[in-house]
Amino acid sequence: MCVTHFTRSLAAVICLATTGAQALEIEDQKLYPGTGTTTIKVASTADLDVFEPFILQFQREQPAVGIDYYVASSTDLHAAIQGGEVFDVAISSAMDLQFQLANDGAAQPYASPVTDALPAWARWRDQVFAFTAEPAVAVISRERFAGLPRPKTRQELIALLRQNPDVFEASIGTYDVRQSGLGYLFATQEARNSDTFWRLSELMGRQRAALYCCSAQMIDDVGSGRLALAYNVLGSYAAERIARDDRLEVLELEDYATVMLRTALIPATATEIEGAALFLDRLLEEGMRDTPETWVLPPLGAADEPEARAYGPIRLGPALLVYLDRLNREAFLRAWSDALVQ
Amino acid sequence: MSDAARGPFWWRSIGQRLTVLLAVIAAVLAILSWWMVTSFAREAAERTQDNVLVASATTIAEALRSEQGTILLELPYSAFAMLNAIGEDRVFYRVAAGGETITGYDDLIPPTLPERPGDVAVRTISYRGDQVRVVSVQRTVLAGQQPVPVLVSVGQTRTGVEAIGTGLSRTAAVLSVAFFLLAVGLGAFAAISSLRPLNAFAQAVTRRGPSDLRPLRRKVPDELSPLLIALNRLMERLGQSIRRSEEFIAEAAHRVRTPLATVRAQAELALHTVEKENEKKMLRRVIRAVDESSRSASQLLDHATVSFRAEALARDDVDLAELVVKVAEGLSPTADMKDINFRLDAKSPAPVRGDLILLESALRNVLDNSIKYSPGETEVSITLAQDDPSQWRLTVRDHGRGFSAVSLPALTGRFTRGANVEKIVGSGLGLTIAEDVLIAHGGSLELTTPEDGVGACVSLILPAA
Repeated sequence: MCVTHFTRSLAAVICLATTGAQALEIEDQKLYPGTGTTTIKVASTADLDVFEPFILQFQREQPAVGIDYYVASSTDLHAAIQGGEVFDVAISSAMDLQFQLANDGAAQPYASPVTDALPAWARWRDQVFAFTAEPAVAVISRERFAGLPRPKTRQELIALLRQNPDVFEASIGTYDVRQSGLGYLFATQEARNSDTFWRLSELMGRQRAALYCCSAQMIDDVGSGRLALAYNVLGSYAAERIARDDRLEVLELEDYATVMLRTALIPATATEIEGAALFLDRLLEEGMRDTPETWVLPPLGAADEPEARAYGPIRLGPALLVYLDRLNREAFLRAWSDALVQ
Repeated sequence: MSDAARGPFWWRSIGQRLTVLLAVIAAVLAILSWWMVTSFAREAAERTQDNVLVASATTIAEALRSEQGTILLELPYSAFAMLNAIGEDRVFYRVAAGGETITGYDDLIPPTLPERPGDVAVRTISYRGDQVRVVSVQRTVLAGQQPVPVLVSVGQTRTGVEAIGTGLSRTAAVLSVAFFLLAVGLGAFAAISSLRPLNAFAQAVTRRGPSDLRPLRRKVPDELSPLLIALNRLMERLGQSIRRSEEFIAEAAHRVRTPLATVRAQAELALHTVEKENEKKMLRRVIRAVDESSRSASQLLDHATVSFRAEALARDDVDLAELVVKVAEGLSPTADMKDINFRLDAKSPAPVRGDLILLESALRNVLDNSIKYSPGETEVSITLAQDDPSQWRLTVRDHGRGFSAVSLPALTGRFTRGANVEKIVGSGLGLTIAEDVLIAHGGSLELTTPEDGVGACVSLILPAA
């Protein structure tokens, strides 16, 4: 039986998965062997180069535990876990899909002093645990923005886009929410928070905005000057790129920020529970530090930044199911397409 | 009495009995109140969850609309956001039009359906390995020309409800224990304060002097007044009985002694008139027997006097030295008959507090004994000394046959006589009387054999005044 409500194509994938033909499209994979017999299988949406320092640090502390790291898209990962594929830890940036896994009983509870130390908003039922708080940001190209004022709010951004159609014509990038789970999450949450989202979307549609699957490509194109503005980019990726590319700049929008929580869970199918628990504890400890040592991902404390605090991080709760609902998704995508794909 | 003595230790005291019973009642009430609070809390939490679920399902049902014959639904964000209110619970939903799932979890089939649109069906079912509370509401939507009944079901696990129930139950348990302890403390206090009049009453009775048989005049609680009345009646009867005994003893002494004196006088007279030796011998025997009878009678009376006077002991100032001299003088005719000499070593004053008649009787019996058991032409020495400032020791030492091997304490038993008393008439009451008197005065009687092994040594020990 097929119980997930996503795009039709996705639903088909999940139906296939639940009937046994598991289809995990692996983007990347690397085995970090340990000295012991335990090897945990980690399924993650985070790229290897982002996560590798953490894995190496973890293995310095727990040399016995081997780690088999798989990178997949959030929808594929969700489908695989839902379909019963064996993983010991699932890490995803799509908190709505992670929540749905736990809600549908595909995650198992785990409690330790470390999970107890998490703030209440960063865990759900001792099954889903957040370890980063990552805001969506707008990234601009310094070159293309030369001589233009830096808008402080989305209202000002809308005004700027209206006044300078020549600068922004076909030069705005944003997520294709039909493809990207994360983009969909950012868009739905923003639409819920503020009606400026639709006005902005409409404007971007009129200026023939380019649609992307992933943050990294958007940032690349802003860097090269093909885009003047990338809207709703994952802040963590942007910060990392800006550190080595001075053609980029983060637009400080002070009215609000949509903050996503990167979450981890232990799937119900997990076999190496002890190893998974060690890995999860270490992951959460890293997330609770003020400045994580081993990765560029922002810590949970980032949810306390002033602009993020206005709405708080996206809540882990049943409300996340709303936009996963098939009818809602169809309705939202229809409205979004009407606005953006003109 | 046996009723009160049976049972566990706490049953023997009214105070403890009350405390324990009150504690048991408090425990029962505490458990009852804990149970009630717990079940109310659980019920309240369950109702809250039901209400939230109904609100959620209704919100979803309200969002149903139809467009060109198709039923459309945009799940309201609030319908799910509100489900977070109870706790972190798993959420399931299903919207079905005419049995066909529009959206949601296909297999969430509520066991009961609302009968009419507007009705709400609430049930707990087992779903996906958890107990799930499912609320269903029905709304009819006009799809084109066709009215279609749409069933909206929203289900939620009960972890939050249970957590609220458990938390409140724990709080209630702590409060119940606190109330129980408080009730036990107050119960003990109540038991003690309600028994206080009884204790005060008992103390008032105990504090009374031994001869004080006046009726008690006290304010007592209603429950104690029958006891007070009964006690006063008892004391009155006891007083009467004691007075009767006194009269009887005086009467008996008089009635027994007077005829015996007459018999003795007649026998003396007859002794002088008869000539024959064997008749004289017979009469002397009669006289001796009368003497012994008279002596026994006075000892019996002495003993009876001691028994009843000791109960109500007088507290006169008595000079022991003076008393010894007086008693020794009174006995000197008898002593002289056997050529027994009293050697007195007593310096006046030797003050003690006590009943003069009883002390005299005790002393007389001891001295009488020593004369009786001493052979003729011996000496009985009487020494009065002070062992320490708190007590006097009057030692009477004779040179008689002494105490035989029978254990000395047995000799002071009533009608008990030594094993070596053959040919000497006696009642066995002398030392008993002496000891009773001394004990009544807070003293004691000591029987010892002197260091040279000859005769007996009797010590009368009395507290000094």
